[in-house]
Order: sequence, then C-alpha cells, then structure tokens
Amino acid sequence: MKSDEATTVRARPEPIRAVPVRHPGRWVAVAVLAVLTAMFVHLLTTNDAFNWSFMVDKMFRPPIIEGLLRGTVLMTVSAMLIGITLGVVVAVMRLSDNPILRGVAWLYTWFFRAVPRLVLLAVFGNIGILWSRIEFGVPFDTQLGQLFGIDNLELRLFGFSSRDVLTGFMAGLLGLALSEAAYMAEIVRAGIQSVDPGQTEAAQALGMGRGQLLRRVVLPQAMRVIIPPTGNETIAMLKDTSLLLYVPVSVELFFQLDAVGKRTFQIFPMYVAACLWYLFLTSILLVGQYFLERHFGRGHGSAGRARLRLRGMNAETGGTPGKVEP
Amino acid sequence: MSELVVPAQADAPAAGSDVMVRAEQVHKSFGPLEVLKGIDLEVRAGEVCCLLGPSGSGKSTFLRCINHLEKIDAGRIRVDGELIGYRERGGKLYELREREVAAQRRAIGMVFQRFNLFPHMTVLQNVVEAPVLLGQEKKAAARERAATLLDRVGLGDKLGAYPAQLSGGQQQRVAIARALAMRPKLMLFDEPTSALDPELVGEVLDVMKDLARDGMTMIVVTHEIGFAREVGDSLVFMDGGVVVEAGDPREVIANPRHERTRSFLAKVL
Repeated sequence: MKSDEATTVRARPEPIRAVPVRHPGRWVAVAVLAVLTAMFVHLLTTNDAFNWSFMVDKMFRPPIIEGLLRGTVLMTVSAMLIGITLGVVVAVMRLSDNPILRGVAWLYTWFFRAVPRLVLLAVFGNIGILWSRIEFGVPFDTQLGQLFGIDNLELRLFGFSSRDVLTGFMAGLLGLALSEAAYMAEIVRAGIQSVDPGQTEAAQALGMGRGQLLRRVVLPQAMRVIIPPTGNETIAMLKDTSLLLYVPVSVELFFQLDAVGKRTFQIFPMYVAACLWYLFLTSILLVGQYFLERHFGRGHGSAGRARLRLRGMNAETGGTPGKVEP
Repeated sequence: MSELVVPAQADAPAAGSDVMVRAEQVHKSFGPLEVLKGIDLEVRAGEVCCLLGPSGSGKSTFLRCINHLEKIDAGRIRVDGELIGYRERGGKLYELREREVAAQRRAIGMVFQRFNLFPHMTVLQNVVEAPVLLGQEKKAAARERAATLLDRVGLGDKLGAYPAQLSGGQQQRVAIARALAMRPKLMLFDEPTSALDPELVGEVLDVMKDLARDGMTMIVVTHEIGFAREVGDSLVFMDGGVVVEAGDPREVIANPRHERTRSFLAKVL
C-alpha cells in the first residue's frame, strides 16, 4: 500500500532526448528524383514538337469546349444516371425470388460485362445497319400473315427513322449506359447483400412489403457500400467517353482534339491537350468523391456520427475536446 | 369429444377467455434437420407465455413461425382465430400473397435478440417509420404517439439519438416501442435480454413487466427464470423440437416432472 503511494507521488522523470534514427536513403531518393525532374522539365521546355503556343491557342476553341460540355460532361452524367437506375433494377431482379427475372439479370450482366466497351460502342454506332426504321409491333407479323394467306401483313404500333434516333450521340449514350448498368448492378447487389439480414426481418415483422423494406431500410444502408465504387465508376466513365471516337460521336472532346490534330498535322500537341483536359476533369471528380465518401462513411455504425456530434456538443458547451471536466 | 385436446391447465383463469394463439402439431425442418416435431400450444389473450429450453430446442424457430418469418411444413398456427400464412377453403390450403402475409404481421409485434433497429434512422424515426409508411397513422399523430411510447420505455429524452449512440438496453427498449407503435395484439420476444450486458437486463425486463401488467399477450423466449416465475402466466419447456412440459411457471420451476426439465433447470438456476 505504502509503496503504491510512493510510486504515484514520485517525481516525473525527465523527458527522453534521444538521437533520432537517420534516413540516408531518403536523401539519395531526393537526389535521384531531382535529376529526373530536371530531365523532364528540360524535355518539356526545349523540345519544339510540343508546340505549346499552338496547343494553348487551339485547346480552348468553341468546338472543343462544346465537345467537352456535351460529349464528355453531359454524356458522363446521362450515362451514369441511366446506368445507376438500370443497375439498381437489374440488381433487384438478380436478387428476386422469381427464377426468370434472376436468369434475365444474369444474362444481361454476363453479356455487357463480357463485351469490351470499345467493341460495344462500335456495334451501337452501326446498329442503324439493321433497321432503316425502328418499329414496335407484333413480331413475325409478315410471316404469320403468310401462314393465313395474307400478303405483306404489317402489325406495327409505332416507329421512327433510325437516323433520327440513333444519331452518334444517342447510340453512344445507349452503349455506355447499358454497359455501365451491368457494372452498377454488381456493385448494387454487393451493397444490398452487405446489409444485415436482421434488418430485413425486422422490417418484415413490422409488416412492410418487399418493395417498401428495400426502399426504406435496405437501400439506404447499402449506400455506404455502393457509393465509393460508384465514384470510381463515374471517373472511369468520364475517361471512357473518349471511346466515343469509334461510334463516332463528333461533339466530343477527344474527337474534336483528334480532328484538329489530324487537320493541322500537329497530332502530338493535341494529344497533350487531351491529357491536360482529362486530368483537369478527373481531378474535379476526385475532390467530389472525397467529400461524398466522407459524408456517407460518417453513417457507418453511426460511431463516426456520434463522435462528430460529441465534438459539436463540446464546442457548444465551451468544453475542450479530449479534456475531462471534473 | 370433437373438441381440441389441449394440455390441462392446473388453474385456468376466467373460463371462456379467448385464445390468442393456437398452434396444432407444428412441424418444421431445415433440410434433413427436423427442428420442430409437432408443437401444440395455446396462449389466451392477456397471457404471458414463457418458452424455455436449451439452445437448439426449436423455441426461437417456433416463435418465428408464429409471424411466418419461417414457413411451417405441417400443422396449423392461428393468431386471434386467423390462420397464419395460408387460407383454407374447401379442405385445401392456399398460400397467402406476400401482401396478405405482411398484413397479418402488422398485428404481431416482434422483438429480436439483436435489436435490429434501423441504424440510419433516429430513435423517433425508427418508431414512426412503419405506422406512417403502412398508412396506419398520419405523420404528426404518429410522432406524438411515438414520443409517448418512448417516454413510457424511459427514453423520452433520446428521440433524436441514433441507435449506435445508445446502450444495448436502451436499443432494446426502442425496439419494443417500435413494435408497439403498430398497435399489435400479440408481442413475440426472441431472447430479448440475451445480447445484453448483465447490468442492462433489468431495465428491459422492467419494460416487459409493465407491458404484461397492461394486459398485452406475450410469448417470450427467454433464459430469465426469474422473469418467467414472476411475470409468466404459463411456462412451456421445449427440448429436441417437442414440448416436454407445460404449466404454471412457479409449479414447473419448483417441481419439474420430467427429467429433462429438471436437469435443464439445475443448470440455469
């Protein structure tokens, strides 16, 4: 008992002042990197093939900006919106009790994940070859008519010229969105399956139907798992809009830069411009992704949220966080 | 003689009190494993029935059959006279649609061992969600009643908190309030205190006692012998998928007639 007291009362020992571990390797690395950086800057500044003034002059031209806004930004947003919506539908189908829906969903994801996006876009770009007009009606109408002795029977409800609808932009959008839906379906499925089955049971015990509990209980909790990969998908989609060159979609950033380069025989500066534009756009998305993930990560088990609230409370009452008031 | 044979009750209270739950020869298998081998059980309105038994005896499974979270393979379960999960017409059974099953469940509250509160909603939202979503009440009225219910379970000051900010005992009390918000005529408790730290068990049992005093019909799967003795109107001891012994809790606990009941009680008491 006495010795215990003695330990607590004993004077605090002097703070440790030790010689820190040296890291000579770091200095070597700095030296090597400095030389490499100097070489790179030398290349950028002295090689005339970069033709910087030409690049800066061309890369802000109106057709290029229009391509950026419509073919890259608008296309990314629309393709992701359609992709996410359709992806949720396919994921729910995949997890349904109905074996037919399950099979269709599996077939869908299998097809669109197995075919490369570039090939898919080339196919959609030329899909007008199949029909001059797109029409909806009774399938095999002419053939059925012949069975009953009617020539040229046409049971069509409505239709439109494929040139009106499947323009480059729409074909490209269709290709990107359908392919994205397949990837999103897998992400959403993983998210839904990550939610504790006890949540579904609790909602069922309260008398909620499948749709209700999915919408109100399961999907909001699945979001935490779904959001981060969706951010990655969006960034990948933004970059993949450059593949629209092969549809082709003319109102698109890379198409326009490529066209300028080929027209002026200054291919390389325009490709550098493309790099810079995509770096700029993805950087914006990366910042957005950081904040989005921080927002949704906060809800995890609400421990993070509790901490945040606690901090807020402390600030309100004027207490210092980390200090226990007596 | 055409009447249903029910286990004789030593001291049946008020004759003619209505039956809330009647289970007849309930069988349930998971694959080759037969978990329930013919359960007969009758719970009158206002009665507190405690289900006791070693783990794996099928008591939780039986409880989950009552609100059709598990489909039974044979037998019948009726709650307030209504066949659960099926419709019988012309001697034939028709499976109920999901919508109809959901409607049946609304009258049966359930409290889980692991609480299963919705973590993305506040305490108040947890309680308000189902009655509003299912169109039982307008939002304002539901909020008011939820606040009253939460006050009753002693959490009137936690309306804005999230489940993760609460202790296990508090979460379980919210779960009880959430089930009560649907105005059930029967409450099922699946080991409501088994996931709690020992010092938090009392607060949950107090809420349940309070509920029992108000005349709620309750079926409680529990290991709390004290609760069964003090609050239970009947005790059912299950083992190996059958009812081994049933009767007045004080009687069964004091003088178990079966060897299996005796050895189980010797272990938990």
